[in-house]
Amino acid sequence: MPSILTQNYFQLFSLPERYHLERAELDARYRDLQRRVHPDRFASAGDQERRVSMQQAAQINEAFETLKDPLRRGRYLLELRGAPAEEQQGSHQDPEFLMQQIELREALVEVRGQPDPLAALDRLSRDIRAQYQALESALETALDDSADIQAALTFVLRMQYFTRLQNEVQELEADLEDEMF
Amino acid sequence: MALLQISEPGESTAPHEHRLAAGIDLGTTNSLVASVRSGAAQTLPDAAGGHLLPSAVRYLENGDHIVGAEARAQAAVDPSNTIVSVKRFMGRGVADVKRLGASLPYDFVAGESGMPLIRTVAGDRSPVQVSADILSELKQRAEQTLGGELAGVVITVPAYFDDAQRQATKDAATLAGLKVLRLLNEPTAAAVAYGLDRASDGVIAVYDLGGGTFDISILRLNRGVFEVMATAGDTALGGDDMDHRVAEWIMAQAGIGEDPGRHLQRRLMHAACAAKETLTAQASVDIAIDLDDGSRWQGVLTRELMDSLIEPLIRKTLAPCRRVLRDAGISVDDVHDIVMVGGSTRVPKVRAMVGEFFGRQPLVDIDPDKVVAVGAAVQADILAGNKPEDEMLLLDVIPLSLGIETMGGLSEKIIPRNTTIPVARAQEFTTFKDGQTAMALHVVQGERELVEACRSLARFELRDIPPMAAGAARIRVTCQVDADGLLSVTAEERTSGVQAHIVVKPSYGLTDNEIESMLQASMEHAQGDMQARRLREQQVEADRVLEALQAALQQDADQFLDAQERGAIDAAAGTLARARAGDDHKAIKAAIEQLEAASAVYVDRRMNANIQKAMTGHAVDEFK
Repeated sequence: MPSILTQNYFQLFSLPERYHLERAELDARYRDLQRRVHPDRFASAGDQERRVSMQQAAQINEAFETLKDPLRRGRYLLELRGAPAEEQQGSHQDPEFLMQQIELREALVEVRGQPDPLAALDRLSRDIRAQYQALESALETALDDSADIQAALTFVLRMQYFTRLQNEVQELEADLEDEMF
Repeated sequence: MALLQISEPGESTAPHEHRLAAGIDLGTTNSLVASVRSGAAQTLPDAAGGHLLPSAVRYLENGDHIVGAEARAQAAVDPSNTIVSVKRFMGRGVADVKRLGASLPYDFVAGESGMPLIRTVAGDRSPVQVSADILSELKQRAEQTLGGELAGVVITVPAYFDDAQRQATKDAATLAGLKVLRLLNEPTAAAVAYGLDRASDGVIAVYDLGGGTFDISILRLNRGVFEVMATAGDTALGGDDMDHRVAEWIMAQAGIGEDPGRHLQRRLMHAACAAKETLTAQASVDIAIDLDDGSRWQGVLTRELMDSLIEPLIRKTLAPCRRVLRDAGISVDDVHDIVMVGGSTRVPKVRAMVGEFFGRQPLVDIDPDKVVAVGAAVQADILAGNKPEDEMLLLDVIPLSLGIETMGGLSEKIIPRNTTIPVARAQEFTTFKDGQTAMALHVVQGERELVEACRSLARFELRDIPPMAAGAARIRVTCQVDADGLLSVTAEERTSGVQAHIVVKPSYGLTDNEIESMLQASMEHAQGDMQARRLREQQVEADRVLEALQAALQQDADQFLDAQERGAIDAAAGTLARARAGDDHKAIKAAIEQLEAASAVYVDRRMNANIQKAMTGHAVDEFK
C-alpha cells in the first residue's frame, strides 16, 4: 500500500490524471478524506497518531489547494508529464500577447483617472476573467485531448500573467474602497 | 433501552466512559466555562450563581491573588495590582504593550525573553501567568460542578490571533494544568452554538465585538464541514474603546484635564461603561462622578449623543467586513446568517449598522456573552470522544501570512493567509556571500512587505553549511502549522543535509524552562506537591496510551502485524503497565516513549490504511 506522502495528488483523491475535473466531486472527496484524517479525529489519541494525522491532513490540504486552482493544477500536470513550466520561458511569448498585456496594464493605471473608477475597474476585471477562462478551456484541450505539451506550457504561462494582473486589480479595488469609506 | 454497563472494580477505564470536558471562553473582559450535561451545553455558574467570571486578577502583598468580580471591584482602590483586559497583552512585546497601554495603570518591565512583565506587590507577573490564574479559577469551578477531573478542554481564541498569541494561550493552559484538546476560533464556536452546523449549507458571517478585540469571519458550511473562508479584524478595538470615548466626553464636560490620575480614571471608565449599558435599553442616562477635589459632576448622556461618539468606532469595524468578503470571494448577498458575538453587540447602534451593512437582521437569540463558551463546550464533548459517531469537522485557516525575512528586510511569504490548516510548505533560499557557513532565519507573520511592519515570531540559525560560492547552497525552509494554528519551522541545506529544527517559541513567549519554573513556583506557593502532580500527569498519559493501543490492537492487529512485531509491542506495553503501577514519573515517561517507538510501524500502517478507506468505492475511472 503506497504511503499518501508518495502518491500524486490525483491518486490521493482517486481522480483521473487529467486537467478536466468536476469541482463538486473534488470537494466531496476532500471532505471524505479530512473527516478521516483530521487531527481533531485524534484529539485523544497518542502523540504518534497525532503526528501522522497532521502530516496526512497537511498533505491533503496541499493536494486540494493544488487541484482546485486552475493554474496550479495545470502547472502540476505539466510537472507530472515531465515538462515543468519555468518562469523564464515567459519571454518566449509572442509579441501580440505581450502587447495585449501592456495595454491591459495601461488600462489598469488609467482606472484612477476615470469618472467612476470602481465601475471602470469592474469592467476591466470582467475582461481579464473572461480571457482567463478562455485560456482554461484552451489548456484543457491541449492537455486532455491533443496532448500538446508545448501549447499547454504557453497557456499556463499566459495564465500566470493574468493571475498577476488579477491580483493587482484586487489590490487597487481594496485601495479605492478604503479611500471611499 | 440500553443496559448500563458496570465494570469490574479495578478494571481499567472502559473506552466508552464519558470523559469530562469543558469549553472555555478566555475573554478580554469576562471569561466563561461551559460543559455538555445531559445532552445540552450550558455555562457553569460559580457558588454565587454568576456565570461570567470577570477577567480580573488582583495580586496581594502576601503573594496570594483574587480572581473575578471581587478583584474587579477592587480595581479602583488598587489599580496597579489589579490586572484587567490581560488578553490584550498576550503574545505581545514590551513596546507593543506600552503603545496599547498609554492610559493603563500598570508598571511594565521587560522580562528575559522580551516578554512584558507587570510589576505587582506579589512580584512580577507575565500576561501568561495572569491568564493561567483565570483559567485555574474556571478549572476549579468546572471540576467542582461536574464532580471530577477534566479530561480536556477546548479554549477559544480570536480568529485573528497570530502564532505568538495562540502559543501564549496554550502556555497559560499548561500552567493551569489543563489539557488542551484544541484551540478553537471564537467565530466557529459561536456558529456551532447556534447549531448552524446542523442547518442547511450556506455562508455565515460572525461579527464579534468584545471588550478588547474585533473579529469578522466568514464561515462556509458544506455538508457538515465548517470552513473558515476568511477572517479579518482588529486586535485592539472593542467595547473598552467605546467606554474611552464616553469617558473622554465626560472629562470634557466636567473640565477634567488630560491626566486624571489612576483612581479618577478608573471611576470614569466605570461610569462610562455603566452609562453605555444603560443606554442599550433607555434613551438617556444620568451620570455622576466624584472629582478629586471633593466636588461632584452630574450630567445627562442621550443615546443619540453616545451613538455619535461611538459611530466612528463601529464604522472602523466595517472596513474589515468589506475586506473579509473580498478575501472570501463573495458578495454581501451570499451571506445567509449573521451571528452576533460579544457584549458590545448589545449596543443598538452596533446592531443597526451591522444589519444595514449586510442588508439583513443579525442573529441575537443566544446571549452574546455566552455563545462562544457554549459552542466550545459542544466541540470539547466531541473531541473528548463522547460522540464517536459525530460527523462534524471544523476546518480552520491561518489568519495571517507567514514569511521569512530576505535581503533588504523584505518578507518572503511562505504560507499566505487564509490557507487551510494544518499545512506544510517549503521554500528554497540561498547564501549571499562566498563561503558563508551560517544563515540567520527570521520568521515573521503579517501581510506587509517590510519585515519591520510584520510581527516577529522567531529567529534561529542554520549552522555548519559547507562553504560554497554565493548562491550555490540550497536551503529549504519548511513551515508547518498544526490544527491549533501553531507553527514549527525546519531548515535544511539540501546539498549537504545539514538540518535545524525549531518549534517556534514566539519572540515574546516563554521558554519551556520558564514555564516549568513558573509551574514549580505556583505549586510551592499553593503548598501542592510537584512530584505528586508530575506522577499523576504521567499516569493519566500512560492510561491514555495503553487504552488507545489496546482498542486498536483488538480491532486490527492481525491485519497489520506479524507475530514478531506484535510481540515487541506487547512487551513494551507490559513494561509501561509495570512502570504505571510504580511511583517514578520519569520511568513512566521513558516507558511511554519506548512503547511509542515499538508501535511506530503499526501506527503508520494503520493511519495509511485509514486514508485509503476513505477513497474505497471511488474507482479512478468513475467519471471518465
